[in-house]
Amino acid sequence: MIALIKRPQPSKTWVVATPILAVIVTMILGGFLFAAMGKDPFIAIRTIFWDPLFSPDFAAYSRPQLLVKAAPLILIAIGLSLGFKAGIWNIGAEGQYIMGAICGASVGLAFYPMEAWFIFPLMVIAGALGGFLWGLIPALCKTKFNAPEILVSLMLVYFAEQIMIAVSLGALRNPEGNGFPGSRNLAQYASSANPELIAGTGAHWGVMAAFAAVVAAYVLLSKHMLGFQIRVTGESPRAAGFAGINAKGLIIFCLGTSGALAGLAGLFEVTGPAGQITTSFNTGYGFTAIIVAFLGRLNPIGILLAGLLLALTFIGGELAQFMLSLPSASIQVFQGMLLMTLLAMDIFVNYKIVWRKKEVV
Amino acid sequence: MTELLKLQGLTKAYPGVIANDDVGFSIAKGEVHALLGENGAGKSTLVKMIYGLTKPDSGAMTLHGASYVPTSPQAARAAGVAMVFQHFSLFEALNVAENVALGMENPPKMKDLANSIREVSQAYGLPLDPNRTVGDLSAGERQRVEIIRCLLQDPKLLIMDEPTSVLTPQEVEILFKTLRQLQSEGTSILYISHKLEEIRSLCDEATILRHGKVVGTCDPRATSARDMAELMVGETLHIPTREAKTSGAELLVVKDVGYAPKSPFGTRLKNLSLTVKAGEVLGIGGVAGNGQDELLSVLSGEARAQSGSVTFQGQNINKFGPNARRALGLLAAPEERLGHAAAPNMSLIENTALTATIRKKLSKNNFINWSKTEGFAKEIIKTFDVRTPSAAAAARSLSGGNLQKFVIGREVMQHPKVLVVNQPTWGVDASAAAQIRQALLDLAAGGAAVICISQDLDELMEISDHFTALNEGRLSPPRTAKGLTVEEIGLMMGGVEETGSAPVTTAGVSA
Repeated sequence: MIALIKRPQPSKTWVVATPILAVIVTMILGGFLFAAMGKDPFIAIRTIFWDPLFSPDFAAYSRPQLLVKAAPLILIAIGLSLGFKAGIWNIGAEGQYIMGAICGASVGLAFYPMEAWFIFPLMVIAGALGGFLWGLIPALCKTKFNAPEILVSLMLVYFAEQIMIAVSLGALRNPEGNGFPGSRNLAQYASSANPELIAGTGAHWGVMAAFAAVVAAYVLLSKHMLGFQIRVTGESPRAAGFAGINAKGLIIFCLGTSGALAGLAGLFEVTGPAGQITTSFNTGYGFTAIIVAFLGRLNPIGILLAGLLLALTFIGGELAQFMLSLPSASIQVFQGMLLMTLLAMDIFVNYKIVWRKKEVV
Repeated sequence: MTELLKLQGLTKAYPGVIANDDVGFSIAKGEVHALLGENGAGKSTLVKMIYGLTKPDSGAMTLHGASYVPTSPQAARAAGVAMVFQHFSLFEALNVAENVALGMENPPKMKDLANSIREVSQAYGLPLDPNRTVGDLSAGERQRVEIIRCLLQDPKLLIMDEPTSVLTPQEVEILFKTLRQLQSEGTSILYISHKLEEIRSLCDEATILRHGKVVGTCDPRATSARDMAELMVGETLHIPTREAKTSGAELLVVKDVGYAPKSPFGTRLKNLSLTVKAGEVLGIGGVAGNGQDELLSVLSGEARAQSGSVTFQGQNINKFGPNARRALGLLAAPEERLGHAAAPNMSLIENTALTATIRKKLSKNNFINWSKTEGFAKEIIKTFDVRTPSAAAAARSLSGGNLQKFVIGREVMQHPKVLVVNQPTWGVDASAAAQIRQALLDLAAGGAAVICISQDLDELMEISDHFTALNEGRLSPPRTAKGLTVEEIGLMMGGVEETGSAPVTTAGVSA
């Protein structure tokens, strides 16, 4: 019979091998799925994984989309991973993303139509601050009243959405917009625009920020005392207490930082790809980033790769719907398969499989 | 009284240890029989055999005069033996009646079951609503679910494994009333505990185990707590040979400290005072659960004393956290190796950084110098002979003894001025234990003070200059360890002043 035996320590080889293996297994399983639907499995898989990046017909449009879609996911997921590592569960990044966008946009709109170099940097600070303060609410509720941060942060998402709708219809509404809800277009206002920095790559300031966050998180977790404290707290709260780690300070740091990064993601989105605050500005990046964080095993490099992979399946999935007229549900099933196999393969990191004869009792 | 259960020559060996060696005693009908012994004395193994969870290697049991060989807990229950475990097996999301039904072979209809639960709970004074969700119940109420589950089977023998360890004093009182009522109805109870006062107030007969053997039986009502402690401890106490050192300077002074733990099952520290001087080893004995963990956390800085003062070299350090105390030279090693003294899934290098960054200057500007940390970890491993494939091995992959050597080594090699250890050799093999004790003695010889909290009296007698005992969160007045008799130690552990008489209070309630 098959038995799982716990490894004395996690296998480093399998940490690297499982994601690759999972993608291959998903391609095979997905191939069967698409074949069962009467589509050529090879073309379907190629359309999802290859064409968005290398097809001569679509790549010019879809390749930049990869970074545009991956950047907010990575930026938010990096922030979330710090808290998740310490056992602090910020589920409300979507709300912090919205509040960052609103605060940043408000600063930009306040200066309109003045043109000055300092407007965009001020907006960046306001965006980070907006997300930070919104993240601080669950942190203070947790440290003062021991309220579960999962619920508080999640409920604040719906609160933020209502604020977003209110300002789209009220305070931030474009006075020249013929009464349509939504703010002025910040991407078309030179001092607040967040343009593509390198033509044809999709790389805007948010992409740069995402890469910087990956590097900073890597250094924090591997070299800095604070990163060590985060890891110890998640590993064993009692040992953390013995090591003299300030649990409340860590809660405030983790929720505040993840809020600030989500706020930044919101700001870069509203000044670039989205352009304006509308009643439907948020598209779920804050929730998808939770998946990205876990898919990347809460490791900064892993999150970078997971963000890119997930963005690719989104873009490739859209392409496959459009080109092969695959139903969108089948694409979602395929994405679900990818997550399931990745998580299922995780068992090999901590366990090894052995065959052994049934013991005679 | 007629005999219900008789055990004869029960022996059970596990690799490397004989858990039970020729154990025999009998329980009469309607008797509350105490099974008494220190941690690791073999109490759990014995009741597992009675409840059909393990099979004895040799020996025999008879129930109602007939041979009794339970092959499973089901068989034991069918024979009228029921057991309430220390750790409950309940589903939090289900209600009381559903949980009870899950443990039955042929559960009746839910409505009938709820009614019978209500009847039994009223009859035995254990208030419990069958429709409440278990997740909302207190530990005491959860225990009632387990007890009622047993009572519904109308048992002849009820085994209770340290039932009061999770109860508040008020709940203990209710439980004892129920047990006395069961006894009066003819049910026998096998009561496992190491709380002496509890046993004195409840039990008719006590069997005392030490190192897997029956070392004595007594009538607890007629025997003092002191005598029972002596039996538990054995008469083979190591005679201390160390000369008491009192010449050093006072390093740590604890004065009238009071501390109420956050957990309702912790022990409150009351007016606790102690002083240690340079070069001295202070041994603190006492039965588990009398405030050992709380005392360590108040000294390590994980918890703050709510009254009184902790003074280190003349400086009041009441408000200092663990790291500020480490910086001064007050270090600690808690009892629980995995999950308290060390993070299980982290490497030994990372676990070195857990407590050593300040004194060994392993970080600069808050950036950890991992190569320097690894160097110190390797030094600990080498000096303390920690058997591990490498310093990068996860803490949980080490055996208990090796991890304990690492934990003690980590603190000792930081050259503390005062080191507080709790159960430094618990579950550690003899050679590693000797090594750890020697390290503590060397530390004291080098001019540091050591506070050793332990339940192993042999160990305390071997290394202590002065001895005191914890009892319900209070410390007895310290005595010079040399020349202490077993009788005197028993008195101190029982919380009795030298001139006073034995306290006869209901266990736990006097708190």
